[in-house]
Amino acid sequence: MKIVVCIKQVPAGNSASIDPETKRLKREGVESVINPYDSYALEEGLILREKLGGELIVLSMGPLKAEKILRDSLALSADRAILLNDRSFAGSDTWATSYILSKAVEKIGGVNLVICGKQAIDGDTAQVGPGIAAHLNWRQATYVSNLEAEEDGRLIAERMDEKGSDRIVLETPSVITVVKDINNPRLKTIKGILEARKKDIEIWNSESIGSDPDLTGLDGSPTRVVKTSLPPARESMVLKFEGDAVYVSGKIIDFLKEKEIIR
Amino acid sequence: MLKADSGKLKADFRNIWVVAELENGEVNPVSHETGGRGRGLADTRSSELWIIAAGNLKNIDDLADEFFYADRILIINDERLTGFNDETESELIRRLIEKYRPETVIYSATARGRSIAPRIAVLSDAGLTADCTSLDIEDTTGNLLQTRPAFGGNILATIKSENHRPQMATVRPGVMKNHIRDRKDYQGRKPLFINESLNSLESSLLKNILSVNRSSGIVHSIADSELIISGGRGLGCGEAFRSLDKFAKMTGGAIAASRGAVDAGWVPYSLQIGQTGQTVQARCYIACGISGQIQHLVGMQSCELIIAINRDPEAPMMKIADVAVTGDAVDIVERMSEIMERGMHDF
Ligand SMILES: Cc1cc2nc3c(=O)[nH]c(=O)nc-3n(C[C@H](O)[C@H](O)[C@H](O)COP(=O)(O)OP(=O)(O)OC[C@H]3O[C@@H](n4cnc5c(N)ncnc54)[C@H](O)[C@@H]3O)c2cc1C
Ligand SMILES: Nc1ncnc2c1ncn2[C@@H]1O[C@H](COP(=O)(O)O)[C@@H](O)[C@H]1O
Repeated sequence: MKIVVCIKQVPAGNSASIDPETKRLKREGVESVINPYDSYALEEGLILREKLGGELIVLSMGPLKAEKILRDSLALSADRAILLNDRSFAGSDTWATSYILSKAVEKIGGVNLVICGKQAIDGDTAQVGPGIAAHLNWRQATYVSNLEAEEDGRLIAERMDEKGSDRIVLETPSVITVVKDINNPRLKTIKGILEARKKDIEIWNSESIGSDPDLTGLDGSPTRVVKTSLPPARESMVLKFEGDAVYVSGKIIDFLKEKEIIR
Repeated sequence: MLKADSGKLKADFRNIWVVAELENGEVNPVSHETGGRGRGLADTRSSELWIIAAGNLKNIDDLADEFFYADRILIINDERLTGFNDETESELIRRLIEKYRPETVIYSATARGRSIAPRIAVLSDAGLTADCTSLDIEDTTGNLLQTRPAFGGNILATIKSENHRPQMATVRPGVMKNHIRDRKDYQGRKPLFINESLNSLESSLLKNILSVNRSSGIVHSIADSELIISGGRGLGCGEAFRSLDKFAKMTGGAIAASRGAVDAGWVPYSLQIGQTGQTVQARCYIACGISGQIQHLVGMQSCELIIAINRDPEAPMMKIADVAVTGDAVDIVERMSEIMERGMHDF
């Protein structure tokens, strides 16, 4: 099984800010970490490779600084790490990002499964996974909470939605996106970290993957951020109830009745 | 579909489409949140609102009654469309877009909507904005102004897709609850049906769905509740949620939680409200022992009334609440239940 795991570097915590010119995320001077959902994607890739054998490649599009999360993935025993970095990629929206990642998957060749996180916590779109599947014209399964490799080689995926879940046969090649319920990511070991130092991170540009510059970056992106604003403050009545629990609980019940929330 | 740079090409694309969310032929009520907004957008553009209904539909006449405010209902009725088939549904809608050329296509930002919309957007070369909390349209150009929270709700971003048609958006459930309920304005009008078929699509695209589990259903009961009683880390332990649950059961409310409580393992993730959980717009939200960090607030601040119960009068939740109650949340909620119990015995 040849598995690609797509990982994205995101700003740690809430330190994100916006570039006034491009109106996109500013990444300089901000500490970055692997998108939390992507560590579940990586773990699932590692588990599958342990079960089925094969090769696991981590793939990230981003600034050179994203080498760090790729290096960390190598320390967790990923076989190869590829960073997609090119000026023409900057400012890509989800359409263009998934195009670039899909071109890299094609370039890698022979891939059976692409695993993405459910969503990236900076953009929160959850669009890149299905986007990659569409560009490749592969099947997809989203919000996957369990993946089993059967004796007969079939993969069975459990997909979650608001009302429950279902189980499907996952045909390959496929792109899946995973939720946190799927596994518990392992931690790096000293040995892994040392091994990872010996491995190279491959850096690919537009030419290496054969991407069309008209379809990438700000110009290749169908969507554009035209305005950013602060969320409006909520107008509230600001009543204050203070006193002992017997008193305030009575006040709350009276209030709920007055507003006809309860009878 | 392809770049529509020239005004001429853009003019080929007309009408607002809302892709209804159906399961086993039943319409998910979120479809009326998008439907209601779609109606407004179509009116601004003086164009038509089309509802796209694909599924194993049971009663087609019911659809006309449900979507009484639509101009057209495009139906694809096929028994093979049971369960969730990303590939088939996406390919189907892509073909319909190519044939009818809508200006705007709106989906609900549910698990299904968020899985097929990006697939269709790529297949149709369209821009797509995820999880919008507000949608407007420029009446002259037809450009959709799509607003969504970004970076944990700290900022609202407005996004346009000027050079591509159609333009697509998924809409966060719970934020556009102004369903059109008044039938008066639509009397004497009836949506027209258009029937399309799946026949030319290959069956091999269909998924092999082994089983479906519809047991949890918790999520829905929160989103639909008028009264939500929500607990955070300040409750101190998972047991305390029993007290909340008791009050909720007595008042027909639902319980929910902050991520603080979910991360502590006290309640399942499906109860989480906020940026990485659900958004709710209840009539009343009682926040018990929840500090009120921005990531939580984005999920509940558009509730009509907010009551905060917190030991710390300076907690951010106490500042945005309509009613700020200082005290021990568990103690107070238990007493509220006692009052309700007594009230019931009075009759
Ligand atoms: C990317 C990202 C996404 C996030 N998404 C979400 C999300 O979707 N939803 C979410 O909720 N959070 C989210 N968070 C986390 C959020 O920032 C807060 O950490 C979280 O909401 C805190 O939960 P809490 O209010 O229960 O806990 P705390 O912040 O620990 O607050 C506990 C409160 O209880 C009060 N208290 C203590 N004892 C009592 C008592 N006996 N009676 C009454 N009050 C008491 C305290 O005064 C305090 O105000 C996210 C964070 C990040 C970085
Ligand atoms: N720049 C990127 N490089 C690699 N993978 C990415 C990138 N952006 C998004 N992804 C993958 O797509 C998933 C969903 O991201 P998003 O659509 O941005 O919410 C992430 O969890 C990653 O697995």
